[in-house]
Amino acid sequence: MSLPGLTPILDPRRPGYLARLHLDLPLLLGLLLLCGLGLLVLYSASDHSRLQVERQALRLGLAFLIMLILAQVPPALLKRWSLPLLLIGLLLLLAVLAVGEVGKGAQRWLDLGVVRFQPSELLKLAVPMTLAWYLARRPLPPRLFDVLVAAGLVSVPVLLIAKQPDLGTALLVGSAGAMVLFLAGLRWWLILTLLASAAAAAPILWLAMRDYQRQRVLTFLDPGSDPLGAGWHILQSQIAIGSGGIEGKGWLKGTQSHLEFLPERSTDFIFAVIGEELGLAGTLPLLGLYLLIVLRGLYIAAKAPDVFGRLLAGALSMVFFVYLFVNAGMVVGLLPVVGVPLPLISYGGTSAVTILAGFGMVMSIHTHRKRLQS
Amino acid sequence: MPELDFTDHREDASLFTRRALMVALLAVLALAAVVGRLVQLQVHEHERFSTLSEDNRIRIQPLPPSRGLIYDAHGVLLADNVPSYSLTITPEKVSNLHDTIEALGQVLPISDLDRERFRRLLPHRRRFEGVPIRLDLDDLDRARFAVVSHRFPGVDIQADLSRYYPEGEHTAHVVGYVGRISERDMEEIDVSNYAGSTHIGKIGVERAREEWLHGRVGHEQAVVNARGRVLERRRQTAPVPGRDLHLFLDIELQKAAEAALGNERGAVVALDPNTGGILALASMPTYDPNPFVGGIGVSAFAALRDDPEKPLYNRAIRGQYPPGSTIKQFVALAGLASGVIGTRDRVHCSGAFQLPGQSHRYRCWRRSGHGGLAMHAAIVQSCDVYFYRLATDLGIERMNRYLASFGFGERTGADIAGELGGLLPSPEWKRRTRNQPWFAGETVIVGIGQGAFLATPLQLAAATAAIANRGRFVVPRLVRATRAGIGDPLEPTPMEVREIDDKDPQHWQAIIDAMVAVVEGPGGTARRIRNPHYRIAGKTGTSQVFSLRGGTYNAARLPKHLHDHALFVAFAPVEEPRIAVAVIVENGGGGGATAAPIAGALIDYYLRGTPIPGTAAASSSGR
Repeated sequence: MSLPGLTPILDPRRPGYLARLHLDLPLLLGLLLLCGLGLLVLYSASDHSRLQVERQALRLGLAFLIMLILAQVPPALLKRWSLPLLLIGLLLLLAVLAVGEVGKGAQRWLDLGVVRFQPSELLKLAVPMTLAWYLARRPLPPRLFDVLVAAGLVSVPVLLIAKQPDLGTALLVGSAGAMVLFLAGLRWWLILTLLASAAAAAPILWLAMRDYQRQRVLTFLDPGSDPLGAGWHILQSQIAIGSGGIEGKGWLKGTQSHLEFLPERSTDFIFAVIGEELGLAGTLPLLGLYLLIVLRGLYIAAKAPDVFGRLLAGALSMVFFVYLFVNAGMVVGLLPVVGVPLPLISYGGTSAVTILAGFGMVMSIHTHRKRLQS
Repeated sequence: MPELDFTDHREDASLFTRRALMVALLAVLALAAVVGRLVQLQVHEHERFSTLSEDNRIRIQPLPPSRGLIYDAHGVLLADNVPSYSLTITPEKVSNLHDTIEALGQVLPISDLDRERFRRLLPHRRRFEGVPIRLDLDDLDRARFAVVSHRFPGVDIQADLSRYYPEGEHTAHVVGYVGRISERDMEEIDVSNYAGSTHIGKIGVERAREEWLHGRVGHEQAVVNARGRVLERRRQTAPVPGRDLHLFLDIELQKAAEAALGNERGAVVALDPNTGGILALASMPTYDPNPFVGGIGVSAFAALRDDPEKPLYNRAIRGQYPPGSTIKQFVALAGLASGVIGTRDRVHCSGAFQLPGQSHRYRCWRRSGHGGLAMHAAIVQSCDVYFYRLATDLGIERMNRYLASFGFGERTGADIAGELGGLLPSPEWKRRTRNQPWFAGETVIVGIGQGAFLATPLQLAAATAAIANRGRFVVPRLVRATRAGIGDPLEPTPMEVREIDDKDPQHWQAIIDAMVAVVEGPGGTARRIRNPHYRIAGKTGTSQVFSLRGGTYNAARLPKHLHDHALFVAFAPVEEPRIAVAVIVENGGGGGATAAPIAGALIDYYLRGTPIPGTAAASSSGR
């Protein structure tokens, strides 16, 4: 007797149900495990709110469905969609800036009547797709001209998003573009030049930032300066994690979260809930699981038959990692507070849909490989 | 060309693999940084953060003890704890403090004083602790706020116990009052024991017996959420309530003493000679202590402070007056006890006394002189020359020793805060304070209770009680007994007794006989208070406020505030003394005319229940 999904691993020559569905088992297992864990943590972080957990489960279900659908789309088709998708995304971004609804002091949402939609999410996929598409057509490593074109393709949406302002998303979209360029073999002297110019641009960026963004940076540099104001988040988050210790206070038993000392505990700061309730025994395996998913994505990228597939799969996997690093880094106090959720665990559907859609493409790249080769 | 393309792709692939490995390594390194930070937080700094987390959620809340109540001798409540309501603002729950206070001001009156207090208290509070913006809300205020309270999140009505003195002005100088703990109080108290307390005894027995009245603070651990709401209370150590005090003070006698003083400025102290218990301690004019509890307004306080009648001044324990002739029986006893003079030894009074070799004439109040007279007549007629002579024969050191044993020159040690000790002048004192030698003439006038000699009414009463006790000095005290709580046994306070160094009962009898004659005898200066029901022993006194420099005292020509002080000390009944009294009427004139009737009325009220007849204001001044 054998489990249906395990067949391809046990016998690679016989395609199983998963292969026929164009799904990658290790990735799928990892993502499912992550989402399951996320729902458990959310149950605690939301103060035993079944409603929130059910709604999140529903969103994740939808996101998995989108992943499944995208996994069926052959990479060739994805390649063809890249540029139109980017253009649509940019148009929507402009629409948001023009008529977008104001939420949390920033224009991010576009009300489509039925659903509220964040066009910037679309760009998290469209930017790496378009870049991969563009660079795949050019000789590698990319020449200066191509790098400049690519940089233009990245910076236009990044600037538009930053203007909303949504620093977190801008960072993710920008890093997606940077990942594609780096994986494409961007020359080191160019990398160093870009880094240097970025450093030179920092003061200009500082001037362009809104007050609350500057405050966040300042508070990150010295959380003690404002323990009751902006530093409160960072401080309470570190107290939550630190007080969890090695074994944690136990699921549903975190005092920092349940007594509401921890802000944003079911969204951006949910990692602190994990740290508090499950301790190091929970945070280390969780980070390990994330790393496995990232490494599997990179492996898939390395095995991809063409440049587009390699660049896209690699970039998408690394964006997933950037999500994780920016969020965890913020929660443990290594990075400033930037509104980036913990991927697939934080409450909220938008990012989960984007992430799983991305992994749908990764799976598509992996599972359409044999046909291309044959 | 396809071949080339193919190799290109392979090169691409290896380039990509290298780059992919690099980013993988980067990811691993970045995660290692996160893991390192996690280990630092969760392993190395775990204890610190655990403590911080506990500090967050567990708040140690002090449970202030309820203050002991104070009762008079017959169980009448003199100091009570009554519920009071204040309006508090918790700044964490309020977005704009200024706007909130303004909006509250539309609902119920908020004075500048309230705002000032609020600003003063604001920095000295714990997180999520309310700060009072209004005190003593009445029913109307509470109703007004209740209607609109939904508009004011973070503004709450808080119920507390507040001190209240039902007898008001009658107890201000005895019981005293409590007030908000000041910075200066903080230096003197065990701060942790006062963690939950807002008030402390400021004067009177409220301060003197603060330790008994306050009790011990209790604690509870409260689990609170980030909004400061208490979710769970655990592990309580209950506070130990302050002890109730039962005083010797008889509030009706106290009121009688005040009524007897009438509109005069002065003081009356009545003691039970057997116990030293303070039966009445009146200082007039007086004031209502209740406004001091919540914090008296600046202008109201200024009015009391600047009142020329000085109502805040406790004349009974802080008023230091030359005791005048009321000291003579004590000097007489010093003469007998030291053997300097016998009861039958006569002194000739020619109307003046001269020290050998000096020209200054110390006059007797009777210019024509008393002729030859022995101790009894000297006391009854209050002959100054007799006591000039006796003082000179005794010498200042010996006289002081006896006067000190009657409690003059230092605080009696009664349990009322703020008592002053008077002044028993001595060569040593004069050297110390004025750096001047002692003159023999000073000894002469100390003998008639003048000069630098000062005594408080309380000292005079205690010394008189010692005569009533025939040599047993009992330290005066207000608190008769204390009790931990209702149903617990009353624990009497110890009586403190000092024996005066004269064991000869005949000496005491001679003195007492003379004091009786002051009231009963022909020519006695206090004859108007004699009565057929019991015998009173007393002594009148008049102390100069204004030095006449050899002129003649004429009350009609002097402004009232330069009139002599009238004094009278007495005890009764003589055979079995139950009350000893000292009365001083500031600028009252002669002791016999002004002060004695007050003491007489009080004694008669105490022993027979006779109502106080009118007021003493009608009494004429002058001798």
